[in-house]
Amino acid sequence: MRKLTLALGAALASVLAAPAAFAQVEVDIEGGISEPLPIAVPVMPTPQVASTPAGSTDALGRQLAEIVAGDLRNSGLFKPAGPSGLPAVAMAQVQSPDYAVWSGAQALVQGYVRAEANGTLTIGCYLYDTFGRTELTRQGFNVPPAEWRRAAHKCADAVYTRLSGEGPYFDSRIVYVSETGPKGKRIKRLAIMDQDGANHRFLTNGQSIVLTPRFAPNQQSIVYMSYVNERPAIYILDLGTGRQRLLVQNASLTFAPRFSPDGRYVLFSMAQAGNTDIYRVPAGGGSPQRLTNAPGIDTGGSYSPDGSKIVFESDRSGTQQLYVMNADGSNQQRISFGGGRYATPVWSPRGDLIAFTRQGGGSFRIGIMSPSGGGEKLLSDAWGDEGPSWSPNGRVLTFFRSAQGSGKTQIWSVDLTGSNIRRIPTALDGSDPSWGPIRP
Amino acid sequence: MTKFSTTLIVGAALLATAGCAKKRPEVLPPAPGQTVDPNAGTGGTGTGTGTTGVVPGSRADFQQSVASDTINFGLDQYDIDASARAVLDSQAQWLARYPNVRVTIEGHCDERGTREYNLALGDRRANAAASYLATRGISPSRITTISYGKERPLALGSDEGAWAQNRRAVTVVLQ
Repeated sequence: MRKLTLALGAALASVLAAPAAFAQVEVDIEGGISEPLPIAVPVMPTPQVASTPAGSTDALGRQLAEIVAGDLRNSGLFKPAGPSGLPAVAMAQVQSPDYAVWSGAQALVQGYVRAEANGTLTIGCYLYDTFGRTELTRQGFNVPPAEWRRAAHKCADAVYTRLSGEGPYFDSRIVYVSETGPKGKRIKRLAIMDQDGANHRFLTNGQSIVLTPRFAPNQQSIVYMSYVNERPAIYILDLGTGRQRLLVQNASLTFAPRFSPDGRYVLFSMAQAGNTDIYRVPAGGGSPQRLTNAPGIDTGGSYSPDGSKIVFESDRSGTQQLYVMNADGSNQQRISFGGGRYATPVWSPRGDLIAFTRQGGGSFRIGIMSPSGGGEKLLSDAWGDEGPSWSPNGRVLTFFRSAQGSGKTQIWSVDLTGSNIRRIPTALDGSDPSWGPIRP
Repeated sequence: MTKFSTTLIVGAALLATAGCAKKRPEVLPPAPGQTVDPNAGTGGTGTGTGTTGVVPGSRADFQQSVASDTINFGLDQYDIDASARAVLDSQAQWLARYPNVRVTIEGHCDERGTREYNLALGDRRANAAASYLATRGISPSRITTISYGKERPLALGSDEGAWAQNRRAVTVVLQ
């Protein structure tokens, strides 16, 4: 127990905090070099093989373990072994591990899957310290067969949370813009998927351009921009009914929508006669309240998690830079002062960081800085990385990457060290990802 | 003053030539409602439009009559320069002849800005063109604007030449 905590604690201290690295503008590869924790994830046994709409329970036991191992591997903090190549676990061993078998790993995830008489599935999830030979946590999930993958993500979240001290993020979804067609006339559709790319489905049919979707905090709706009837404006899509409604009536160009943390308001930008300012409007509709009035382009507003402040971008100084103001628009202070341009700020759900797109030297890169503007650090280094969005625990960012020339787009994720950068698979091209909250 | 006008006319003529060579962008999304180009494959079906087949005051007439339907901008700029003024002057003259015709001006950007900033920048460009037409006596009530940001590039490369073409405002006759 002690050994495990100490070992991971050291790894996390460098991976997650990396205070020295934050002071650098360049991507700090050193910050990411720490040994991932070896963890074994064997196949989850079933007390009785049964056929379910999600497949037979013995096949599910293997798939569940694969998802748990995949989530932990993708976090960059773990080095999972299994489920392939590991010894089989008997039901009797799930709550009483044969520690001698697992001495090669520092931690062990075991579980089981059982089909219930009422058609649901029960998945048990247990985390053990193989050196201390103690159980660290256990959780059970009862789910409809269609949501079996969520049980695996919840299990991985339990492991990640117990060992890292960070909040969960695996059982969450990403809404984004799926793209097809030639660069000059891309067809864009809203799409939603699990954070690992599974359970993909389209939300709009591609008849109108759609851009910049964002989850409502309660995940019941998505706010986005659409060119319905060639009138670009903000809409709210109800995920339950599939209906969409215009947010601001009788307006000129409205765009860049983001929900307030309590979901009651939508922050957005409105362009009138060439001047763009930031407004907020009740999410149910109503009169917009103007928050900025400087000449120029004020856009990309994003609330702090407590709703008291807003970070936004403005070109009032001559180039796009980041500013922070109070939620009522008062006390606007510039926080970015580097060369090039800063855009698309998003406030971390933990409140400790602001992520942004930095343009300069012919490329777009993803970066982070503190809300006061200090400790800037760039996390990606490609030709066209844009539009970061935070994971629910504020430890990972998703963004999109455009290819020079072809304009093809992909969804990527990167952790705060910048070293664990990887593509999130999508069937078609993808842009404008927005990471939703952890699911209840 | 005289000299200036001459230069302008020559400039306009040159631009007109260039405009003819320039293909009408195929990338533009359809305008609201169904529009029919009277020139499009009718083969002269006797619509009473004269020998050219172009309906006066139509979109096709506009395309043939003005120096260009498009003006261009510098990087992150939205000012109307001398060549853009010449193009818009020709558009204003045509619009003065057909006072019932309405237009929409599309603002576009190159791919070197972020998505939302470019929506605002495209709006600036479309409004700059609209404001200029208004100073030339075209009623603002006849002009609408729409920003496409970087969503509808005309040239598809990622180089200076393509970016210069994509920073544009395009006047489209509504029919």
